[in-house]
Amino acid sequence: MSEHKPGGGASRRDFLAASAAALAGIMVAPGISLIEIASARAPGEPVSGTVRWGMLIDSTRCSSGCDDCVSACDRENGLESAGATGIDERQRPQWIRKIELKEVSTGRTASLPMMCQHCANPPCVDVCPTGASFKRADGIVLVDRHTCIGCRYCMMACPYKARSFVHEPLTNQNPEVPRGLGCVESCTLCVHRVDKGQTPACVEACAEAGHGAIIFGDLNDPESEISRRLREVASTQVRADLRLDTGVRYQGI
Amino acid sequence: MTLMARNSITMRHGNGRLGRMLVLMAVALMLAWGAAAMADQGGRTPSPEVVIESQEACVAPPAEMRRQHAHMLAEQKDRTVRQGIRNEAVSLNGCIECHASSKNGSVIGTKQNFCQSCHSFVAVKLTCFECHQPTPEKGKRAQMTVSAAHGLLTPLPGAEGSR
Repeated sequence: MSEHKPGGGASRRDFLAASAAALAGIMVAPGISLIEIASARAPGEPVSGTVRWGMLIDSTRCSSGCDDCVSACDRENGLESAGATGIDERQRPQWIRKIELKEVSTGRTASLPMMCQHCANPPCVDVCPTGASFKRADGIVLVDRHTCIGCRYCMMACPYKARSFVHEPLTNQNPEVPRGLGCVESCTLCVHRVDKGQTPACVEACAEAGHGAIIFGDLNDPESEISRRLREVASTQVRADLRLDTGVRYQGI
Repeated sequence: MTLMARNSITMRHGNGRLGRMLVLMAVALMLAWGAAAMADQGGRTPSPEVVIESQEACVAPPAEMRRQHAHMLAEQKDRTVRQGIRNEAVSLNGCIECHASSKNGSVIGTKQNFCQSCHSFVAVKLTCFECHQPTPEKGKRAQMTVSAAHGLLTPLPGAEGSR
């Protein structure tokens, strides 16, 4: 990768690829795709704690009534696929929901998506009796459905009401998002996409719709867009008093 | 011995029930395949009607797959879910991409389907597919090549992201 292309400077992509490869200490061999390079992780290498994924949600750009992020999440994770037994709509799993806030004294309103806040000190992980709720090294809080017994203690522990229980047998799941009856689940930050170097589906949908209200990135990297924004603007952690150190931050609330 | 060692690894993950179940499944499947081998020789023992359509080499020799596939998958699930390591030779989606039947496009459904044939023969409940899809993702059948050194399958260059 030290060679420059003849007749032209190395492109930005080449530069990024080389930097990522140098960072990960790997040789860029034929057959390694740009996607793998973009995630800066060699094949077979576990996720590392040097990265902490997070989101900054700008509620001033989030319009009331828009649910593009919610529908993108439902599509990506197969939450739309109806189970066999029509259950009560209130029991339908929901990984991300839109909420409207109103400051009572002034009447100022704000709209924002609420989901798993991917806490650094997650209460769901604290209370899980089987170790199914866990925090990945890169900060993503997940449920290992192989170990989940469906006790729903985590649902009670979560201050953000972020988790859902699957009440009915499922079919036609997304092959990359296995999910089924009897397990608790919540936002995974689209971990299957993040592992491929992509951004979560809600972030992509919000950007495609022209809102660009959600920034996704590495909180540990001072040069990442999210870190730059967090330095520049005032941001809030919801229920910061609980000292959970959430990975999802809000702006304008 | 290998079985015990692997089981103890599984147990350390705090999943004793699954570990015991896997050992039971492995023993049951060994018995089933043993029975199948006897049937080939003598023809007096019933055997599962397993149909293997794929002509490609598997990630390990058949004898090892018969005994160890449950352990391989149990270890791989932790690597994928907890450590985020994807696109490896051992993967449930990989099994499905190679072994989905050309008749119904699935590894389950009838007693001739790859996974269901042995599991129904030995009456070992096949719960994987309550969550996982038993059919390959559309257009996602991996192009595979066999590494001569290890007999392991590695994706061909250009087939990345296919599993």
